[in-house]
Amino acid sequence: MNFSEVFKLSSLLCKFSPDGKYLASCVQYRLVVRDVNTLQILQLYTCLDQIQHIEWSADSLFILCALYKRGLVQVWSLEQPEWHCRIDEGSAGLVASCWSPDGRHILNTTEFHLRITVWSLCTKSVSYIKYPKACQQGMTFTRDGHYMALAERRDCKDYVSIFVCSDWQLLRHFDTDTQDLAGIEWAPNGCVLAVWDTCLEYKVLLYSLDGRPLSAYSAYEWSLGIKSVAWSPSSQFLAVGSYDGKVRILNHVTWKMITEFGHPATITNPKIVVYKEAEKSPQLALGRLAFPPPRAAASPLGTMESKYEIASVPVALQTLKPVADRANPKIGIGVLAFSPDNYFLATRNDNIPNAVWIWDIQKLRLFVVLEQLSPVRSFQWDPQRPRLAICTGGSKVYLWSPAGCVSVQVPGEGDFQVLSLCWHLNGDSLALLSKDHFCLCFLETEEGSVQPPDSWATTGRTCA
Amino acid sequence: MGDWMTVTDPGLSSESKNISQYTSETKMSPSSLYSQQVLCSSIPLSKNVHSFFSAFCTEQNIEQSISYLDQELTTFGFPSLYEESKGKETKRELNIVAVLNCMNELLVLQRKNLLAQENVETQNLKLGSDMDHLQSCYAKLKEQLETSRREMIGLQERDRQLQCKNRNLHQLLKNEKDEVQKLQNIIASRATQYNHDMKRKEREYNKLKERLHQLVMNKKDKKIAMEVLNYVGRADGKRGSWRTGKTEASFFLRNEDEMYKILLNDYEYRQKQILMENAELKKVLQQMKKEMISLLSPQKQKPRERADDSTGTVLSDVDEDAGELSRESMWDLSCETVREQLTNSIRKQWRILKSHVEKLDNQVSKVHLEGFNDEDVISRQDHEQETEKLELEIQQCKEMIKTQQQLLQQQLATTCDDDTTSLLRDCYLLEEKERLKEEWSLFKEQKKNFEKERRNFTEAAIRLGLERKAFEEERASWLKQQFLNMTTFDHQNSENVKLFSAFSGSSEQDNLTVHSRPRQKKPHSVSSGSPVCTSKLTKSLPASPCTSDFCPTRSCVSEHSSISVLNITPEETKPNQVGRECTNQKWSVASRPGSREGCYSGCSLTYTNSHLEKDDLP
Repeated sequence: MNFSEVFKLSSLLCKFSPDGKYLASCVQYRLVVRDVNTLQILQLYTCLDQIQHIEWSADSLFILCALYKRGLVQVWSLEQPEWHCRIDEGSAGLVASCWSPDGRHILNTTEFHLRITVWSLCTKSVSYIKYPKACQQGMTFTRDGHYMALAERRDCKDYVSIFVCSDWQLLRHFDTDTQDLAGIEWAPNGCVLAVWDTCLEYKVLLYSLDGRPLSAYSAYEWSLGIKSVAWSPSSQFLAVGSYDGKVRILNHVTWKMITEFGHPATITNPKIVVYKEAEKSPQLALGRLAFPPPRAAASPLGTMESKYEIASVPVALQTLKPVADRANPKIGIGVLAFSPDNYFLATRNDNIPNAVWIWDIQKLRLFVVLEQLSPVRSFQWDPQRPRLAICTGGSKVYLWSPAGCVSVQVPGEGDFQVLSLCWHLNGDSLALLSKDHFCLCFLETEEGSVQPPDSWATTGRTCA
Repeated sequence: MGDWMTVTDPGLSSESKNISQYTSETKMSPSSLYSQQVLCSSIPLSKNVHSFFSAFCTEQNIEQSISYLDQELTTFGFPSLYEESKGKETKRELNIVAVLNCMNELLVLQRKNLLAQENVETQNLKLGSDMDHLQSCYAKLKEQLETSRREMIGLQERDRQLQCKNRNLHQLLKNEKDEVQKLQNIIASRATQYNHDMKRKEREYNKLKERLHQLVMNKKDKKIAMEVLNYVGRADGKRGSWRTGKTEASFFLRNEDEMYKILLNDYEYRQKQILMENAELKKVLQQMKKEMISLLSPQKQKPRERADDSTGTVLSDVDEDAGELSRESMWDLSCETVREQLTNSIRKQWRILKSHVEKLDNQVSKVHLEGFNDEDVISRQDHEQETEKLELEIQQCKEMIKTQQQLLQQQLATTCDDDTTSLLRDCYLLEEKERLKEEWSLFKEQKKNFEKERRNFTEAAIRLGLERKAFEEERASWLKQQFLNMTTFDHQNSENVKLFSAFSGSSEQDNLTVHSRPRQKKPHSVSSGSPVCTSKLTKSLPASPCTSDFCPTRSCVSEHSSISVLNITPEETKPNQVGRECTNQKWSVASRPGSREGCYSGCSLTYTNSHLEKDDLP
């Protein structure tokens, strides 16, 4: 496993282009675009203020930089560096900005969710969509980019509008049977829309593309409900994580629950492998202390090396006692992610923050539990293989695959605290983001197809 | 009391009894000691000192006392002391004999009384001790009663307490329920209140938003603008289309169309998946059924005597399945009847299997039970005894055989040695020899008859074979005729048939043909065979080579089979059906690659067809 040198970064803004060729990152008000292979700077754009959000267009030709504080969006072209576009929302303000799937329209949400403005880069036309709902996930595009579903609120009722993205025509408009809609999400096949209610009520509704209600599901009442929702890549399963610490899997034929994954704090089943991160004993360091090593070669002091140990069941996981009298208690399934091949589901129970649970979807049972030393910040599946990258805000990155798991120390002079990570499209490299730096981690493939690029062959360091 | 009895019982002779009585008396009651002493002293005294004793009788009043005694005695029923007076006037005289008798009787009486008294006293003692015992028993029981009563009271108390507790708990539960109800009501009311408030707030918020919107948007905010260097082309290369009132509707319609297309595609995809899954499940069912039948039928045939009906169904099922197997195209039909048939038969088989397994289980458990009931040691002993017995028997048998062998040898030796004995034997054997000769001649005659019959049979068989050959030829020609007729007929019909696509299994025609010729099977072979025959006729028709013409293909197949039957002589000896199946299978295997090609591409069809034709015709 190789690491690139460390680059500067601000507000965790670092993104691979959708075609996998470029890497965009932000440093204060500057946008830097690098080549993924050589990591050389291809373009450098300067915005008017600190960039708060960036997004690649789907065809990797444009980058959008949102400056929410100023109510501004600046768009840059990769092909024509001199081309520029600036959209000013004026006194209406700006809270969110995103590309439409065709990469030629920008959707800006104004402050207080007064409206969504659709700006076209091709024509002078501007469209407005009124009454967007301010919620967790109020806008979703189908994967093929044909349709957009938008949650709306008018007259104290929730509605969903489905727009055709090619000409922003309203295709369907229907009210949903929700108290206070919290989010919507298209199935990957673009034919089913999942709608879920606010956390005060457990309710998932499924609508067809043409607005027909397909099904409604409610697991229980009188308690905090849904916290997270995820579709399987095959559109076959809908995983619903809730505040009771369970994931319920609905099937796409009857839309009934097929199984329920509980997240108990103690694991007793001997079939389940529990990987426990353990710090290595510092005895090795004693030997080193006698011969103070050169700083560059030594692993950074103050950070412990760690490895995984297979814990023998029963294993008691560290739990967090939630504060009962505060809003948004730290309980329930906060994060859910299916592996791209549909075989696995990774979850995190927020009151067992150190553990990642990996479920076997073929057998519908728990497969592996990883217990980290510190709370899991985020995890992401390799887009190509069943491989999960996890970061905990420490200086290590963790990788799991069905074959086993490893913990890798990120080399660096200071402490490189991995707060977030994102995979490259082909799954060969991984961007690790810390508070104000980022670096790339290159994973060796079996074929050895990843050749160390020249630029960092000299500067790059390797980690055993 | 017990020891008392032992003391009293043994002596019954009067003297010893007296002594024992006295001793007992002295032991028993010291209070009565005095009177007893008086009594015992009085008895010996009464014999010797008579005068001293009778104080109430003096010299002077002898007469009175005698008369008094006489009176007394007569009142007690004794005979009078006086002599029987002969005359009234004569003075009555004292009868000494009577006196003595009286005396004696009195003494006897006295003794009896004493004895009785003694008995009564012992009785009394016994009863007294009994009484004591009973009293103690009574006391004990009373105590017991008391304790149980106390216990009962305790239990009652506890019961009462528990009941009290229960009542309290009930009360508590009720209270809790009330509380819950109340809380739920409160929650509900709060929720409605909250919702109401929320709605109110939201309305206000909406109003504000509206106002803000007007304020922000309407005053022509100069700042809201987009600066762009030049407009870029669309990603798909199309130009941005202008929306006008006229095109709006058409746009909408187009969008709708597209949407429904997408939905339809999705549904079709899902249907295909489901179909595939169904087909696979059907296959699995079929497999299961086959296996079940093969598993069950041999077992069931053995115990024929029991449950005749079930075995009958199984057997009939087997027959049915043989019929069904021949029509694999049935599995393509998602027809209700087929499904029912399949599920029913599977269910039946399953039930049989289940009962069988249960029976086995029962047997196993029974065996286990028996094994546990019989003690192992005994059974082993039995076993050993049995084996010993058997060994002994074997030994005996062996000995017997040995002796017999010896005897035989001896006999033989004697026959060889002694001519006289042989002569003797000969005269016995002559009769037998004659009888044997007679039998021999009889057997010979029978053999001759049999041979004659056999010759007849072979001749008949040869004749039959010839006849069959002729028949086959005739049939072949007839089939050819029919085939020619049918092809012309189907040529006309082919356009109708075209409608039935890959799932045309449910088409009526197929059903018809299937039913009319249950023996002809394998849709694969059918579809593969089709091009052979139709290649010439339907070459001009571009569409649907697979779906065209089932009947001609059939005829072709049958023709082929008949030809092969004719050609292959060893198969003639086999039953006809077997031979046909065999050839059919051969045919399908040989043609399968061709069939696949035929299904996929039309142009390759003709090629393979010609190939096949070449192979077939010579």
